[in-house]
Amino acid sequence: MINKNFVDYSEMPASKPIIFNPEKCTGCNDCVDICQVDVFIPDKESGKPPVILFPGECWYCGCCVMVCPSEGAITLRHPLMNQVHWVAKSELGSI
Amino acid sequence: MENLEWPYPLELDKEERITCDVLVLGGGIAGCMAALSAARKEQRVILVEKGAAKMSGAGGSGCDHWESAATNPCSKVTPEDLTNALLDNTDGYNNGISHYIECREGWDRLLDIEKMGGKIRDVDDEFRGAAFRDEKTKLMFAYDYESKFTLRVWGTSFKPAMYNEMKKLGVKIFERIMITSLLTEEGRQGGRCIGATGIHTRTGKFFIFSGKATILCLSRPARIWMFSSDHTGLCEFRPTQCIGDGHAIGWNAGAEFTMMEKSVRTEFSAAGRSYPPYGAGNNHNTWFGASIIDSTGKEIPYADRDGNILQSVEERFIPAKGQSFFLMGGSIDNPKYEYRGPDTLPFSKMLEQGYKLPFYADLTALPETERKVIWGMMVSEEGKTRIPVYENYKNAGFDPEKHVLQCYGIGWTSASFLPQERQLFGLPGGFLNDWELKTNIGGLYAAGDALYASNCYGHAAATGYYAGRHASKYASKTDIIPFDRKQAEREKERIHSPLRNNPEKSIGWKELNMGIAKTMQNYCGELKCDELLNIGLLRLQEYEKNVVPETFAFNPHELVRLLEVFDILTVSQIILHSCIARKTSSAALNFNRSDSNPAEAGEDQKLITVRQVNNSVVIGEKPIDFFGDLKENYEKYNRDYIGGR
Repeated sequence: MINKNFVDYSEMPASKPIIFNPEKCTGCNDCVDICQVDVFIPDKESGKPPVILFPGECWYCGCCVMVCPSEGAITLRHPLMNQVHWVAKSELGSI
Repeated sequence: MENLEWPYPLELDKEERITCDVLVLGGGIAGCMAALSAARKEQRVILVEKGAAKMSGAGGSGCDHWESAATNPCSKVTPEDLTNALLDNTDGYNNGISHYIECREGWDRLLDIEKMGGKIRDVDDEFRGAAFRDEKTKLMFAYDYESKFTLRVWGTSFKPAMYNEMKKLGVKIFERIMITSLLTEEGRQGGRCIGATGIHTRTGKFFIFSGKATILCLSRPARIWMFSSDHTGLCEFRPTQCIGDGHAIGWNAGAEFTMMEKSVRTEFSAAGRSYPPYGAGNNHNTWFGASIIDSTGKEIPYADRDGNILQSVEERFIPAKGQSFFLMGGSIDNPKYEYRGPDTLPFSKMLEQGYKLPFYADLTALPETERKVIWGMMVSEEGKTRIPVYENYKNAGFDPEKHVLQCYGIGWTSASFLPQERQLFGLPGGFLNDWELKTNIGGLYAAGDALYASNCYGHAAATGYYAGRHASKYASKTDIIPFDRKQAEREKERIHSPLRNNPEKSIGWKELNMGIAKTMQNYCGELKCDELLNIGLLRLQEYEKNVVPETFAFNPHELVRLLEVFDILTVSQIILHSCIARKTSSAALNFNRSDSNPAEAGEDQKLITVRQVNNSVVIGEKPIDFFGDLKENYEKYNRDYIGGR
């Protein structure tokens, strides 16, 4: 949050491929172990979701979600520019 | 980014030495199958992988079809006819040896994988009665339902099954290690390969592996022309860390390459500009047979190779009258008339006839089994589709019985690219191999994407296993050769030196990669000529001399990314040398020169080879059919295997 006394110098990444749900993630780090690109590092506090240190390197294979033992703990999300459009066939021609 | 404590021990000053009989470099499909094959031959096997072998490599997250399994019990095509068709379709510029191995042994590997726990048949009878299913064997076929040589498979189960089998057979797996160089006898370029060096991607520890035989199963080069610093992971189709380390270390060791002058205009999954592979509307590969409609719902007709409009969905999957089989899949782009299968009429023609953009892929009107096999089986089992496409689209409300998915390009493309934006795609160049899948370097074998004119899962698995057999034979007659300390020290110095530079004024891996990519676009684009190619080579040599020593990495992970870009720089130079060596244009190689005499064109229908001897480039040539009679040679070199089945 921006206020006049505090400015965070962080930079928002170009995309956020992985979003953890801290309520569901148990911090088992199975995703850290399976990721072939190695985009994560484990959090220094055990039981916490890993840190996504290199989001731009994500290959979007989804293996982190495939091995996650806690359903819904990880969401893999394509960047906006790669989100595809679909439409109900019955609505074609009515736009 | 906040300052985080590096969670792994820093071991840059440490070294580990390991010895084995057969050393496998790369833990993708080819590497795992090579390791299994050697372990079954009683060899002590070490497999080194940059990621995590259980699901790493291009096919780690899945695979929906297995091409060219010509010896499966339902196939109507012989391995000889199929390989000859593949060769003819590319005017001979293809790897006859490796593709014959794929056609001849692919089915054996599928049976192997099934025994390990992979799913290759519809055992749950989910598709009973479907046109693509053989009721007796429960095998399911793709594309050409009459010829039945390409199978639909449940590939998400394959890689974990191979991993478990390797553990069972005692293969020692070293993960998170990037291989940085090959060790050669007495440290000589061109000398026998006696091992490899590596660096741990998390700790920076230096590894020296010694093996009697080495099998190089590292992926093909990437990010030569295409780079996005924000979306490095979306630059190309293969995984982020698969950028051609194998080609670079092979080149430095004196290995011989061919077809490295071939590149194609970027077509698939690139720089973040394409949509997710198999995630946008199309009717190719995974989506073959899908209907395509325009924005008013009017269907774009499918036609056979002669332009006859097909009346039914069933006809999309059968050869034309008088055609024995058609070719389709990952290695087939614009097939010749003889091998061309059914396809939708050209989109450009449709637009002229008043069809309206955008076009959509429409599964709603397909027979239920066809709809379900595309959306649910293929899109779900293919690499990178289960979670990011199948699950995510489903959760966002996509219903294949109701919705149509927008197309953003023609064929399997989903973006347009400029002529100078190129890729090594569609049977690109690589290591030259003999009938044992050995390279010109003693003790060094190659498999999978490392080989010239290679592609696809079945090819990787079949060649990996085959190389494992032949390397084992060699290893059992050889001793470990001690490595040359000076060679190892030189390598250690090379890979650690960026850590000593000053981050304030040094260059990072992304800046260097972008510099290379722009140089390649400028000087090695679609239309080539000697002046441009020579300037390009000089620019890259300047990078090598002046920029590489001024680079910096903050941690072991970033150091590995930087070492990868050094390899990209090496591969780019192999490409330029190869382009300079080919003097005339070649349509089959997508190689176009502005400065060659048209009268000469076609006269150099041969493989041009490149390698280094005493750090000088040596150009050679081979007849494109140097491998001789396929069946005869295969049988000559594989008597044990044929007898042992």
